Amino acid sequence: MDKLTFGLTMMVVGIGGTFLTLAILIWSIQILKKLFPLSAEDGNKSNRG
Amino acid sequence: MTEGIFEGLLGLTAGLQMLFTIAGLKNMVMLLIGGTLIYLGVKKDVEPLLLVPIGFGCLLVNIPGSELMHQGIDIGAKQVLDAMGPAAPEALQRMAKDDTGFLRSIYNMGIANELFPLLIFIGIGAMTDFGPLLENPKILLFGAAGQCGIFLTLLLALAIGFPHLQAVSIAVIGACDGPTAIYVASQYAPELLGPISVAAYSYMALVPIIQPPIMKALTTEKERATPMPAVKRSVSGTTKLLFPIVVTVVTGLIAPKGLPLMGAIMLGNFMRECGAVTRLTKASENEIANIATLFLGVAIGATMGAEAFLKPTTLAIFALGFIAICLDTVVGVAFGKIWYTLSGGKMNPLIGAAGISAFPMAARVVQAQGQRYNKQNFLLMHAMGANCGGQIGSVAAAAVMLSVLKGLGLI
Repeated sequence: MDKLTFGLTMMVVGIGGTFLTLAILIWSIQILKKLFPLSAEDGNKSNRG
Repeated sequence: MTEGIFEGLLGLTAGLQMLFTIAGLKNMVMLLIGGTLIYLGVKKDVEPLLLVPIGFGCLLVNIPGSELMHQGIDIGAKQVLDAMGPAAPEALQRMAKDDTGFLRSIYNMGIANELFPLLIFIGIGAMTDFGPLLENPKILLFGAAGQCGIFLTLLLALAIGFPHLQAVSIAVIGACDGPTAIYVASQYAPELLGPISVAAYSYMALVPIIQPPIMKALTTEKERATPMPAVKRSVSGTTKLLFPIVVTVVTGLIAPKGLPLMGAIMLGNFMRECGAVTRLTKASENEIANIATLFLGVAIGATMGAEAFLKPTTLAIFALGFIAICLDTVVGVAFGKIWYTLSGGKMNPLIGAAGISAFPMAARVVQAQGQRYNKQNFLLMHAMGANCGGQIGSVAAAAVMLSVLKGLGLI
């Protein structure tokens, strides 16, 4: 594979892959926050801490 | 007897004699470079935990006659050679007589097999509170934007003639993440490990100098003064506990080649959040991280032999590393400006500059710059979120890169 093709492939797939990975993580975090919302106990722990 | 004394004295001055040869002059330059790194670490507080051992390792390996990076032969092979007796090849017999230098032993123990960067990552995970990121997960996108410099620099490195894997290793300086740069370089361009590591850590320390002019040039005064609301606590303990497991599984499935990096940082973070292994968490963020940092620094310094370091490629690596970090900031702030426009002026674009892995320096720079233009503005928690995103983003970018390389059949 020549250098230009390699560089462009890495750039497109690399940037796209990084954004995609982090977008999936954002979505996962949002699901986690919905499944396990902040409870009164969490709030108390925070106040004590 | 007089002759013996004379020859003995000559032996004592062998190092000094070697210093004043052509090869010795190169050693002198490297001794100066080592001294400069130590000076920067001790007197200027530039990443002292890394630059002091790197500088000292550089001194040790460049003293003429130093055999500290000599590769001897392992005990098993020595026994085989002994059994072969005179039938063993002469070159191997000669090697068998020499012991492996102590810096080479440290290098083999933790750099050649990528162990030290991963131990440091466990410590970083144990030290990091991803809370600010979890409060506003969308800010993780800044962590992706902040990695674009890696890929743009890769194109530049290829354009100026670096082979594929060397170009990838150099570009990872743009992750602004020392252990990631060392991890990738030690696997795919070990001959460039010294300059890449020194460039990565030097530029990380220079973030407060490199970023502000770029941030100012790319934003208007109104944009810089954009106020951000206070961060409200919205994340439960369970979410914080499950976060490292979810990140490990998701990134491991997408980019398995980066699993050691992400797995190590998330192991440290899981130990911190679960609270059940306080001793291990404390050991990871203190003793283990400190010992690994010391060995890592000395071993990297030891790769800075004159022959390997004093090359035009070293200057090119430093230039490309600088460009990479500038491009990270440019793309991060540009991404912030897009967000500012799309949100109707609710996102301060300066926060985009914090989407790199230099933690918490980049977040502090954003806070300081934001307050310069609006004294009532407190960007720190938002910037910390973006900065945590940068830490995850840098590892994700490296993981994606390695997996693409594997997909292309280059590794």
